[in-house]
Amino acid sequence: MDVSQASGLASSAVIAAIPLMLAGLGELVTEKSGVLNLGVEGMMLMGAVTGYAVAATTGHPWLGFVAAIAAGIVMALVFGFLTLTLQANQVATGLALTIFGTGFSAYIGKPFTSATLPVTVDAFPIPLLSKIPVLGQALFSLTLIGYLSFALFLVVGWFLYRSRAGLMLRSVGESPTVAHAVGFPVLTIRYGAVMFGGAMAGLGGAYYSIIYLHLWQEQLTAGRGWIALALVVFASWRPGRLMVGALLFGAVMALQFYAQAIGVPVPTQFLATLPYLATVLVLVLISRNPNLIKLNAPASLGKPFSSLA
Amino acid sequence: MHVQALKKLAVVAAALAGSAILPAAADTPPGVAFVYLGNPGDAGWTFAHETGVKAVEAQFGDKVKVTRVENVPESADSERVFRDLANKGNKVIVGTSFGYQDFELKVAKDFPDVVFLHATGYKKAANFGTYDVRMYQGAYLAGIVAGYTTKSNVLGFVASVPIPEVVRNIDAYTLGAQSVNPKVHTKVIWINSWFDPGKEKQAAETLIGQGADVLLQNTDSSATLETASEKHVYAFGWDSDMKKFGPNAHLGSVVGHWGVYYDAAIQQVLNKTWNSTPIWWGFPQHAVGLEDLNTGVISATAQQAVAAKRQALESGKWDVFTGPIKDQAGADKVHAGQTLPDADLQRLNWYVQGVDGALPQ
Repeated sequence: MDVSQASGLASSAVIAAIPLMLAGLGELVTEKSGVLNLGVEGMMLMGAVTGYAVAATTGHPWLGFVAAIAAGIVMALVFGFLTLTLQANQVATGLALTIFGTGFSAYIGKPFTSATLPVTVDAFPIPLLSKIPVLGQALFSLTLIGYLSFALFLVVGWFLYRSRAGLMLRSVGESPTVAHAVGFPVLTIRYGAVMFGGAMAGLGGAYYSIIYLHLWQEQLTAGRGWIALALVVFASWRPGRLMVGALLFGAVMALQFYAQAIGVPVPTQFLATLPYLATVLVLVLISRNPNLIKLNAPASLGKPFSSLA
Repeated sequence: MHVQALKKLAVVAAALAGSAILPAAADTPPGVAFVYLGNPGDAGWTFAHETGVKAVEAQFGDKVKVTRVENVPESADSERVFRDLANKGNKVIVGTSFGYQDFELKVAKDFPDVVFLHATGYKKAANFGTYDVRMYQGAYLAGIVAGYTTKSNVLGFVASVPIPEVVRNIDAYTLGAQSVNPKVHTKVIWINSWFDPGKEKQAAETLIGQGADVLLQNTDSSATLETASEKHVYAFGWDSDMKKFGPNAHLGSVVGHWGVYYDAAIQQVLNKTWNSTPIWWGFPQHAVGLEDLNTGVISATAQQAVAAKRQALESGKWDVFTGPIKDQAGADKVHAGQTLPDADLQRLNWYVQGVDGALPQ
């Protein structure tokens, strides 16, 4: 492998990881507030189609991203209304959201399956840093959304573990009853977290359709939303680990293809199961250690809360 | 309820049923129903079949009544769909994807008067006939174009799942290229999915990174062509004409004309001459084509070579897997002058010489 090939490989890994990082980070914040939203795939698809439609129609990719975020938030609000206000079962509602998003995005996306984007979003290389061999191209020659997704990890990490608002959010996720007793607006905080999750999933979807593939086709994300969900568990709800997990996933994919192209016999069917296998493995490991779960997994995850109870 | 009331109800019900059924039986043309795996969208497998169905509508007009059912998974769910279509009185029911085979066959046994057609399958019953098109013939012609067009002598192939159909297309693409440029070899990446634009793109990028400058794919999206366009190399469309997804990168599209078969089969059913002999049509029946050739890029020599082989294929006297053909290890697989029989083509599980890497088993 020469330098340019290694650079291409690293680049390919990072770019494949970005939609997972965005959607995964949104879900992580949602779950930290104690809400399990299995609708990530549906929200990503709605973001992907809305963003693509708006970008293709107006010629402004940035409007597309704004629209995608809005679409993700609308989907998340539907989920929030059902599970937070009406206290419907979160698992069932999340699955319904994914099924709805898959079908509805296909329906509204029909006229756009042949539409080409009039513009592309160009990379914005950072002088000097982008010249670093191998990693320079991968990390410092991204689009603005690419940089944003890395920056968001710092922001969310700071928010969750260094800010008062983040402490409130986590306390709501641990014990909504106690949080309510000390006067925190549990539902408002959960609504906020769910909306952030929707916004990130929408943005991740639009990144996929507008920047990465320049393409809209039905079921475009092909399960990326589920991988993002798995990565949150894999990361044991820590943003830093989530980023590493997403990059690792992108790298495994890139390496697998690279190995095939240079003729190394790899069991491709097995490699395709790796992210899920890794998640199961992590689940097994953290289940063996109750302290680890107590430390990171939100204790009230998936349980509805009512202030009247 | 009184007996009287019951009787009245029965009379009303009978009248309703009669009014619904009788005129229908007299006026309605025979129903032809198509079951799709996906939704036609704008490119790919289901779209290619939809184009064929539109040809049927154009050909037969109101002589048949066409029904479509989209997004039917290759699971036990499909059996319910086939049964429902048969119960509704359709005379011909077409399953357009491999995975329907067992479910469709099961329903076929319960409806002996209905003709069931099944794409790419291998089972048979008196009222259950399989059909397929020889896409590999188109892949061979694409290979000729690739052999002339490549500068690096490395071709790329984005492959879906390792089944004989896909291996056949990889081999044919390589044979075509080598027939005009013996230095060519083909790199293959399997993505283990028929449709995942993200993986298709990543695979295409990797192939291009490894020096491949003419790509072909046996997957369902236009992502490979789109990636080739972005990286300024060449690629082909597959299943349907994909030129618009990358006009500069597009060298041509390997297209299946399912309508040719649908027209013929439905005509036979109407004439009561249909039987369930398996059908595998190619260039001789104009069921496959390499179309929309990019004459601005493809040299005149290459165009002539394609035209010559196209003629040979159309004549039906020559086919792609005619010897001498060696496998990767250099062993003679098909001797000079011999042609691999269809039965062997249908279980092809070896790469020809010139394909890099090992076939996943």
